[in-house]
Amino acid sequence: MPTNLASGAEYDTVGSKRWVWPAFAVPGVVWLILLFLVPFYAIFAVSMGQVDPILQRVRPEWNPIYWDPAVFGEAFADLFGGQLGVIALRTLAYVFIASIICVLIGYPVAYYVSRKAGRWRWLWLLLILAPFWINYLMRMMSWVNLLSPDGQVNSWLTTIAGWFSMDFNPPNWLAGYHLVVILGLVYGYIPFFVLPLFAALDRIDSATLEASRDLGASSAQTFWRVTWPLSRNGVLGGLVIIMLPMFGDYYTPNLLSGSPRTRMLGNTIDQFINQTTSQGALGAALTIILMLFVAGLMVYYLVTINKSAREARE
Amino acid sequence: MSARNRFFSNPWGKPRFLPLVTALYVIWSIVPVAIAIRFSFNAGRSRSVWQGFSTRWYVGTPEAAESVLYDASLRAALLQSVKLAVLTMLVAAPLGVALAIGLARWRGALAKPANILMLVPLVTPEIVMGVALFLVFDNLYDFVPFGTWAQFLGHVTFSISFVVIIVRGRLFAIGRDYEEAAMDLGASQFQAMRRVLLPLLAPALLASFAIVFAISIDDFVISQFLIAGADTVTIPVKLYSGARLAPPPSLNALATLLMVTTIGAVVIAGLLFRALGKRGGEGGSALESVANFEM
Repeated sequence: MPTNLASGAEYDTVGSKRWVWPAFAVPGVVWLILLFLVPFYAIFAVSMGQVDPILQRVRPEWNPIYWDPAVFGEAFADLFGGQLGVIALRTLAYVFIASIICVLIGYPVAYYVSRKAGRWRWLWLLLILAPFWINYLMRMMSWVNLLSPDGQVNSWLTTIAGWFSMDFNPPNWLAGYHLVVILGLVYGYIPFFVLPLFAALDRIDSATLEASRDLGASSAQTFWRVTWPLSRNGVLGGLVIIMLPMFGDYYTPNLLSGSPRTRMLGNTIDQFINQTTSQGALGAALTIILMLFVAGLMVYYLVTINKSAREARE
Repeated sequence: MSARNRFFSNPWGKPRFLPLVTALYVIWSIVPVAIAIRFSFNAGRSRSVWQGFSTRWYVGTPEAAESVLYDASLRAALLQSVKLAVLTMLVAAPLGVALAIGLARWRGALAKPANILMLVPLVTPEIVMGVALFLVFDNLYDFVPFGTWAQFLGHVTFSISFVVIIVRGRLFAIGRDYEEAAMDLGASQFQAMRRVLLPLLAPALLASFAIVFAISIDDFVISQFLIAGADTVTIPVKLYSGARLAPPPSLNALATLLMVTTIGAVVIAGLLFRALGKRGGEGGSALESVANFEM
């Protein structure tokens, strides 16, 4: 943090009026209170409300004194032992596997582009940045094209099978394969993992690595004992950035399978909120549970980062 | 020769594996999209068999009503996306710039909570924000109709924080020396702001417009949660609802147009950042923080 702003207090005596700076912030802050904080509260109000017996829709309870957490009991009962539990476990498994694949593919890519790409580095960087600015839904739609029953993947596979005169029965890849959804998640989110990791690797001073080599470490030792520890926070940061949206994803499984076999937590929330009116409270409760879970991840990340920052200072 | 160049000319590791993985990764990440773009120019109806080049899915005849230009639902999606992005840009960028200036310099007790309130939307999963906005418009702000109005309010809400991040980097780089000099020379605080700070901030402000346009036109979740019927469908929502229905290549054409628009906006923002960088700013780090959170 630059220090030239740290002494703001003294400027306020030079001629600035004290109320000016908060006045600049007020419109934005009010906007965020009305359209971020209050909506956030609305999730709680709806989840703790009652279903109107006549209209069959949720009546939110805005006063916390009358909050009725019954729906959370229902949600937890379903989470631990019901259909929802299966969906939650599946979501965890999908996100976990997709994240591991992202690390396995993303780390070498980020490492190469940041440290070994030489004079074509700018081109590589441009290419790994390209997916950022192509709409997520377009990227998924491209795979729907490729994987549809009469799509290119099946025609390539048929051609290859033809070379070996094998009998090939083209499957419908979009009919509910776990692997297709997981690879879809990897495809969708991996750019968001690669970029922060690239930034972290790029920040490592080459002199540190040279020192390690000069002191007799092999290149493998240098990697494991210098580069990897220095990039670990970048990996963690990248993982947080991709896991937050992945846990709430519903469009990827919907587009690439649409089958109940690949339902994720986000699909259930989408269904309860967007497609039915009487389940709004349950949808809101699930959103809160998801939010707390994701906030837990975030806190873990921040604690780890702070700890390593403290260790670095000592 | 800098240390880094020496490092590159003498790579110690085994470099064969890394370029291969990187090349495969790049091919894998770009080829599916390239194929989708190619088929938007297909002369036939198929999205998997190439039947020659044509622009019929972009500008085909009004009689056939099958191109983006003449298919009512595709054109409506395009217009809705552009309308939302422009409205969002016009409101979110000034709001965000003011908030960035305020937060960077406000020293009161409430400054810290305000700063946290600005940061939290960046780490909130979109589905949570979508549910929150849907429920609040459904139950509390029922004077706001679903559709364009609700979508616009939602888009501004998630855009503000990005603007603050972009502008804040620039503000820290500028510091307060120039303004202080202006005030020493007799300018009032507002004159200093208008004649010194604003011109210095101009590139960041323009870049914010472009970035907000890009992230608004790219948004799917918020637009979908706040939709009201077919005439408020945006391009991403149209791609989502149409992709599985064996659509003609006009859907690919629509997606391609979205891509070109987004990249155009981002290139403009990038050029502005570069202009800014030459004047000694910290544009790169702002772009990076946008990229880090962009979804």
